[in-house]
Amino acid sequence: MFKVKPNHMIKVKRNQIFAFTLLSLAAALTVLTLFAIVFYIMLNGFSVISMDFLFDEPRSMGTEGGVLPAILGTIYLVVLVMIIATPIGVGTAVYLNEYMPEGRFKKILRFATELLAGVPSIVFGMFGFIFFVIVLRDYTGGWSILSGALTGVIMILPVIIRASEEALRSVPDPLKEGSLALGTTRWYTIKKIVLPLALPGITTSLILSIGRVIGETAAFLLTLGGSLLFAQSIFDGGRTLALHLYLVAMETGDLQMAMGSGAVLIILILIINFAAAGLFKLLVRRFSV
Amino acid sequence: MINQEERNVKIAVEQLDFFYGQTHALNSISLDIKENEVFALIGPSGCGKSTFLRTLNRMNDLIPKTRVKGSVQIGGQDIYDPDVDVVQLRKSIGMVFQKPNPFPISIFDNVSYGPRAHGLKNKKELMGIVEESLRQAALWDEVKDRLNDNAMSLSGGQQQRLCIARVAAIKPEVILMDEPTSALDPGSTTKVEALINELKQNYTVVIVTHNMEQAARISDKTAFFLNGYVVETDETNQLFTNPKEKQTKDYITGKFG
Repeated sequence: MFKVKPNHMIKVKRNQIFAFTLLSLAAALTVLTLFAIVFYIMLNGFSVISMDFLFDEPRSMGTEGGVLPAILGTIYLVVLVMIIATPIGVGTAVYLNEYMPEGRFKKILRFATELLAGVPSIVFGMFGFIFFVIVLRDYTGGWSILSGALTGVIMILPVIIRASEEALRSVPDPLKEGSLALGTTRWYTIKKIVLPLALPGITTSLILSIGRVIGETAAFLLTLGGSLLFAQSIFDGGRTLALHLYLVAMETGDLQMAMGSGAVLIILILIINFAAAGLFKLLVRRFSV
Repeated sequence: MINQEERNVKIAVEQLDFFYGQTHALNSISLDIKENEVFALIGPSGCGKSTFLRTLNRMNDLIPKTRVKGSVQIGGQDIYDPDVDVVQLRKSIGMVFQKPNPFPISIFDNVSYGPRAHGLKNKKELMGIVEESLRQAALWDEVKDRLNDNAMSLSGGQQQRLCIARVAAIKPEVILMDEPTSALDPGSTTKVEALINELKQNYTVVIVTHNMEQAARISDKTAFFLNGYVVETDETNQLFTNPKEKQTKDYITGKFG
């Protein structure tokens, strides 16, 4: 017969409390660390932030003046990267998932994408430096926003492709079959059923990619050129806020100014993420059937 | 009522074989399905009845590594002829699936999906088709005041009738149904069965079911499938009361299945 030992229930309860305490401690530690970092940077950063800091150009290697060229550089770069990467990434995912027959070639392609997603960004930076900055300098302007953007595109493409494919795969087959059985073409079914249903997942991947571009330094250190001037076109060099932060901290040691950039960077990430989320939400509403 | 013998043959299947890779799923199937007839396919699970149904609108084309031999003529046209455009074919052969699969969009957009895909833009004409199709599917009275509601808000039985309306909207000649009531409650099943009886005025209906009572209630003719073969085809009354083959008799009396 089944019999509960008298102290068994008490022991189970004690274990529960122990596990609960441990897990909540872990959660608290995560949140606290995050807040500590943000708070520290904001506290120190805000002391240098002023109208001049936001709307002036850097002087003396960034130890004086402001960060406007870096703010604009970040925005240019994000916009350019996303304009190039979105159609290529989503298009590739659609092709892989909806058109390409299963087989060895598809497996190789998938494996290559996985592999690329795991490559450290400095390696992409190295490639971008050799290929876009040096080999193609007549077309990209050497160190330039364009070279940086193309490098960024290669870096985030695997992320977009993988996440978009995941989103496309989650569209139920019966819906696709239902559409095809009504005498519609594959492309019509993709346009009207598959893409709208996968759109939320795809946009999430795009927002994540934007975050990666804003936060990236290694890949852009070797390709953007780090110019402190305002970029006149995409063929000019420039820097992003993250890159500016790194360069100011490493080259001048002025941590106060670096933390000012850090604070602006955090705020910019919030603004761009919210803007992107809003824009995509609008798109989702517009394109749902 | 037209006499059974005088109707034209709508679907003529001859010596049809079907393979999934190495698996021989259908073995030299031959049968004739007449216009405005409800033709039931019965048999135990895995006997090939759904596979056969899906050869009629070439849905099996979507599955890689499948192969077809023999001929299927619909309205005198061999549908496996290389010149046949499968998209055009499916416009005239509608299909209702086992589980209701409405699109997660409005009721109106669901029903008008097919006509729109085929190029119809005029809002008024679309509205006309939507109403007519929903009436045919006996759903109009229940949804006429909420055509803009999402189709997912309908009950399972309503969703299946919506799928039937969606098919009716493309004005096909044949409607294929793959166990259309297996996911429905008894009340909804009764409604869908009554509907099938109405549909045969305008369409040829081929229906897969593993519910023998259902086949007996709604079909004019029945084919009994077993292990990829057609064991027996006959008038439904005949097949259920007086089967010629021993296997048919064993199946309908519940000895296996």
